[in-house]
Amino acid sequence: MPQLNAVPMSWYLILSAILFTLGVAGFLFRRNIITVFMSIELMLNAVNLSFVAFSHQLRQVDGQIFTFFVMVVAAAEAAVGLAIILTVFKNRQTLSIDEVSSLKN
Amino acid sequence: MDLILFILFATIAVVCGISLVVQKHPIGSALSLIGVMGSLAVLYLLLGAEFIAAVQLIVYAGAIMVLFVFVIMLLNAGEEAPGGKSWPSRLLGVPLLTVFLGLLAYLMQLMAPSMGMVTFGSFNTGAKELGRSLFNNYLLPFEVTSVLVLIAILGAIVLARKEID
Repeated sequence: MPQLNAVPMSWYLILSAILFTLGVAGFLFRRNIITVFMSIELMLNAVNLSFVAFSHQLRQVDGQIFTFFVMVVAAAEAAVGLAIILTVFKNRQTLSIDEVSSLKN
Repeated sequence: MDLILFILFATIAVVCGISLVVQKHPIGSALSLIGVMGSLAVLYLLLGAEFIAAVQLIVYAGAIMVLFVFVIMLLNAGEEAPGGKSWPSRLLGVPLLTVFLGLLAYLMQLMAPSMGMVTFGSFNTGAKELGRSLFNNYLLPFEVTSVLVLIAILGAIVLARKEID
């Protein structure tokens, strides 16, 4: 790329794809319930990046509004999810998702 | 200048993302996630989304991650126990994720010629434009969101209460 003041739009989207894949990897491979939860936040952030990139591409503000709503939902999800983690830990004294398997049987 | 900033902060974001996945201790993962969110805020600024960049730092890196770190310290979470992975996830996980990423990147490259370049300053949106759109076109979702947040507050209080069994 000769000019230094412009970034290809596809690079933003590929960065978003890489971050999303890392989030999926963390979600699948980690066993700690808090880390799994943080991987979900990473996936939400990756999607936010592509929303903002498309908002810039289309010259419309709607993508940023979606990002705003995703952030609000993520905040609500974090509050409820961490309360659930607290309750699980209080009842079972473990943070490993392999040992929280009451629904399996 | 834009390109240098993009490459710098994209690298920081990817390195912190990898660090999130490979760290053994949850507090390390939380700090890596704060790194990802901070560098994403800079990328939002490069894309001209000033308000979103500020909200990203205040709400995500500030409020949500403080909540995470607080819970990790409250529960005294240690390193996670090794093993416990099933063999399909160990065998198929990384190849399938690589295929997924390759497919996504291929589709993006396919779309790339029609998308053009991002130059800083060509489309800046502050709180004014965002607020105008939010309170004209998206007023109903905004109000529904306030109900959602209220329900989340009540749910968190009920779940984390001491009397629960």
